Amino acid sequence: MSKHTRVAKLFEPAMVREALRESFIKLAPAKMFRNPVMFTVWVGTLVMAGVCIWVMTGEKGQGDLTYNLIVTAILFITLLFANFAEAIAEARGKAQANSLRKTREETPARKLRIDDEKLKMEEDNHYQFSIINSSLLKKGDIFLCEAGDIIPSDGEIIEGLATIDESAITGESAPVIREAGGDKSSVTGGTKVLSDQIKVKVTTEPGESFLDKMIALVEGASRQKTPNEIALTILLAGFTLVFIIVTVTLKPFGDFAQTPITIAAFISLFVCLIPTTIGGLLSAIGIAGMDRALRANVITKSGKAVETAGDIDVLLLDKTGTITIGNRKATNFYPTPGVEEDHFIKSVVLSSMADDTPEGKSIIELGGIDLKNFKLNNPRFIKFTAETRSSGIDVDDLRIRKGAADAIKNLCEKKGNPMPDETNEIVKHISSNGGTPLVVAENEKVIGVIELQDIIKPGIRERFERLHKMGIKTVMVTGDNPLTAKYIAEKAGVDDFIAEAKPEDKMNYIRKEQAEGRLVAMMGDGTNDAPALAQADVGVAMNSGTQAAKEAGNMVDLDNDPTKLIEVVEIGKQLLMTRGTLTTFSIANDVAKYFAIVPALFVASIPALQGLNIMQLHSPESAMLSAVIFNAIIIPLLIPLALKGVAYKPIGASALLRRNLFIYGLGGIVIPFIGIKLIDLFVSLFF
Amino acid sequence: MNSEISGILFMFAASLAIGIPLGKYIARVYAGEKTLLDPVMNPVEKLFFRISGINAGKEMNWKQHMVAMLMINMIWFLLGMFVLMNQSWLPLNPDGNPNMSSDLAFNTSISFVVNCNLQHYSGETGLSYLGQLFLMFLQFVSAATGMAAAAILFVALKEKTTTQLGNFYNFFLKSITRVLLPLSMIIAVIFLLNGMPMGFEAKDSFTSLQGDTVQVSRGPVAAFVPIKHLGTNGGGFFGANSAHPLENPNYFTNIVEMIAQLIIPFAMIFAFGFYLRKRKLSRMIFAVMTIGFLLLAIPNIIMEVKGNPAIAAMGIDNSLGAMEGKEVRFGAAASGFWSIVTTVISTGSVNAMHDSTMPLSGMNELLAMMINAFYGGCGVGLLNFFIFIILAVFISGLMVGRTPEFMGKKVEAREIKIAMIIALLHPLLILAGTALSSYLVVNNPANAAWLNNPGHHGFSEMLYEYTSSAANNGSGFEGLGDNNLWWNISTGFVLILSRFLPIIGPVAIAGLLAQKKYIPASAGTLKTDTSTFGIMIFAVIVLITALAFFPALALGPIAEYFNLR
Repeated sequence: MSKHTRVAKLFEPAMVREALRESFIKLAPAKMFRNPVMFTVWVGTLVMAGVCIWVMTGEKGQGDLTYNLIVTAILFITLLFANFAEAIAEARGKAQANSLRKTREETPARKLRIDDEKLKMEEDNHYQFSIINSSLLKKGDIFLCEAGDIIPSDGEIIEGLATIDESAITGESAPVIREAGGDKSSVTGGTKVLSDQIKVKVTTEPGESFLDKMIALVEGASRQKTPNEIALTILLAGFTLVFIIVTVTLKPFGDFAQTPITIAAFISLFVCLIPTTIGGLLSAIGIAGMDRALRANVITKSGKAVETAGDIDVLLLDKTGTITIGNRKATNFYPTPGVEEDHFIKSVVLSSMADDTPEGKSIIELGGIDLKNFKLNNPRFIKFTAETRSSGIDVDDLRIRKGAADAIKNLCEKKGNPMPDETNEIVKHISSNGGTPLVVAENEKVIGVIELQDIIKPGIRERFERLHKMGIKTVMVTGDNPLTAKYIAEKAGVDDFIAEAKPEDKMNYIRKEQAEGRLVAMMGDGTNDAPALAQADVGVAMNSGTQAAKEAGNMVDLDNDPTKLIEVVEIGKQLLMTRGTLTTFSIANDVAKYFAIVPALFVASIPALQGLNIMQLHSPESAMLSAVIFNAIIIPLLIPLALKGVAYKPIGASALLRRNLFIYGLGGIVIPFIGIKLIDLFVSLFF
Repeated sequence: MNSEISGILFMFAASLAIGIPLGKYIARVYAGEKTLLDPVMNPVEKLFFRISGINAGKEMNWKQHMVAMLMINMIWFLLGMFVLMNQSWLPLNPDGNPNMSSDLAFNTSISFVVNCNLQHYSGETGLSYLGQLFLMFLQFVSAATGMAAAAILFVALKEKTTTQLGNFYNFFLKSITRVLLPLSMIIAVIFLLNGMPMGFEAKDSFTSLQGDTVQVSRGPVAAFVPIKHLGTNGGGFFGANSAHPLENPNYFTNIVEMIAQLIIPFAMIFAFGFYLRKRKLSRMIFAVMTIGFLLLAIPNIIMEVKGNPAIAAMGIDNSLGAMEGKEVRFGAAASGFWSIVTTVISTGSVNAMHDSTMPLSGMNELLAMMINAFYGGCGVGLLNFFIFIILAVFISGLMVGRTPEFMGKKVEAREIKIAMIIALLHPLLILAGTALSSYLVVNNPANAAWLNNPGHHGFSEMLYEYTSSAANNGSGFEGLGDNNLWWNISTGFVLILSRFLPIIGPVAIAGLLAQKKYIPASAGTLKTDTSTFGIMIFAVIVLITALAFFPALALGPIAEYFNLR
């Protein structure tokens, strides 16, 4: 995931400065109100400020002024810390997004006049265009790009083909090919055309690209709480209410026990008990989740999508490019008995001479014959077509064809030459081993079979293993026949496959799984993937994909990396885990705080309760201050964890729960005992 | 081994041995399967439904269930008020006991309808036999209400996606005819054979060895006491409850009464597992509850057996244990054990005075009621525990990186909202009630007369009364002067709120979950029937209780404990 890490340090000075400024701005009541836990602290701070003034005017029953001022100051700092956590998360997210946005600084765009589109190419191969600033491009405009141009805006190629350097976005230096019509027709603003000329239609209004939307999400303008975040906020609000009840009822209890309790003590107790730690970090965790997605070069359209990714049960993956290395390779020649091997090899190499597909090249490679040795008179190359499903060459009176088994079979049988049994055997054998058989015929007589094999990506099996342990079912989608698909599925370790897949098959599979209550994620790029991307709970569109696909999905992967889904799932899980563990930690902390504050509250009038002071804190004042200070500084101490996220380990849910319960639950009980004691040792020098 | 301890072990083991098969039986009853009592009870039930015009086959959604429950409870409450306020002229009043005051009748009627039985009166002088019989009836129906509510939970969690959750009246009636009534009859016979009174004659009298004439109250005691325990009601026939020699004559009846109050709470946990075919889940629940129970009961037994250091310091022999307020025929150990059984379960019957137990024993009794989910009352114990399950599921679901789910249903904001309100309600009622009373005592010295003790113990008396009300328990830190307007009315309202909301809440959650889409489990799903999850629930229960009540306990029993040391 660190492949494209742009922001290396957690706290860069510039960001910290901005975040500090933001921490104060966020003190505005309207902003505080969004977070019920911290809002109560905000109210508590105001009350304490009032108490300080009251004490200054001569009130004697509320402790001395210094003490009250310190409590007020610590509460105020607690607020700032919580705001800082959110601000620094926003700053990091923004920096990340800005570094992407920087790539699309203003560039001149060659905009075609509307009617020019109909003009087609003029004789001298040039269009009529006007040069305008890229920021003036509107949705629907058409611009022209040639080799060396920076593409001024996101768009879809409507004519032409070009190699493009997308390293500004993806960090990948190898150029990619983008062409009109296909599934790789999208271009991104800020990338550079290396060769050829394309005509591009602008697909977004200025300021409304996915990146712009993402930045708005991070900045909080359009950030909405996700369902789990809402539920957690309710839980935290509930705890806050419990502690309001506890604190308020303590007043008559104290009166009954003839123990006067100062307002500072009430507010300290209350602020310590309510879950300020998680309350202060909650929004930072959410922003950091989106930020981590962005760091993995995935643009999310909502925070909810990241969260949902963590819940995914089924993952649909295309075979080609994801599970196997794009292309098949020839691995074996099987001449029909009675055909010389040398003759067979010579024939297949001949037939592949004009075949510049990767498969064709690999045949020549396997044949190992130098093409220069061939002197051919008037060769006629037969291109592959969907109807003939074969290709080949005609030289003199020699007609060599290679193609799918049944296509060649038909071809030969028409001339009265049946397929030899041995060939049938070999075809079946190759298929059941996950290979693709290419049958070769010479003058409509079968002379042998070429075996093409898929190469499974190294390391992919381990990734599926990991997904399996996370409880995610992986499904391979392929156009191969079921036999081949089954073989590759087994070899790669996926749980299920859809063979001979048509676009609607994906859709049906997703619907079926969803009807059974599972959440499905898929990745796609083509226009015909769009409905399935929209139907899937998490649809990741490749940035190179068509605009329709990008609109339909809820994430866009800038790297066009089909295995990216795996990272996205982990980011989603991390997000939820970070919230859960910090909630546990925050609430577990209360145990120690009680043992600090409760004896401090009552020990003056009920000396026997000194027995509860198991930390042996110095004095009631020092105990109270230590608890409040601990409560404040734990927030910034946990910011790194909130931003980085709690590491996900695929060790099974129960084991994970045990682990996190041990670290954050038990740790949450123990750490504040130590922390408060240490702070007390320091504070006791003054109080 | 000490025979007192073996007595306790026997009581627990016997309850478990009866509870498990009883649970299987109850699961069959609610599932409408064939059971032993079909030939006898089928016609009886049919007759009831025909007379009342109820179609027992009509499926209800959770809201209809709750409307039905509230309706019949309302009617019983009003009937109860009528009987109690008019008992002096109604039949079956040989002792000529007077009518109850309206506030006492309000409190009494409510507290029997809600399975609490707080009893701000003494049965000997406060009730006619008709009153007693009506209260006995209420003990049946309030227990059946709780069981029927639990049955709704069973159905809701079993069905994949539905709003149809069975028929309330059907569950309710069957709880009585198939479970409570037959068991009560068996136990009543045992009690009769052990000398418990049964009849409608007026007070008897005898001349004591000192030559005084002593009045002895009696009545239909043997009929009354079985359901008092089976239904986890705890309302005593006599003022002294199960410490009274005619209400709990000997060690054997003590064992039977103990077993009677444990078996249905036990059985409901196992019925849950049998009904849902998730026995491992019910074993986990039982284990969590038992660990919690033992952590409260064992210290109590030890503290009561060890005796009071203050008394030992005076040079008085303390070797029988802290015997103040205890019956010699039961002993310190059995009384200490009972004090926790009756408080973890919402029975609230006592065989010794909790006011006189050691300070931390008193705290454990309070904690048992503050938690109110270690076994808990008839049916409702499981409902209370369900709230904690939902909260634990939510937090632990997040901790493993998945949207939380329970039994294949997603737990979302609405469920959390309800669970949190219910979890909040308990401390709110207890602390607010105690706070108001403290305020009244502090600001009006006349009210200090309510309290039998000054200082921390007096505080505990108030705290105990509201805790007992909010837990629908009904036991008391006797000594509190509670038969007056303030206590009758304030606890009455606590009783209503803390009974019906904690039934409606869990049923609503279950009903909402039942409507949701079922998600099949995968390797990423957190299993809820494991010991790990058990620890999680336990931690949630302990933390929520400790955090809400620690300051109050510190001012009551804990301060008293440190003072006594």
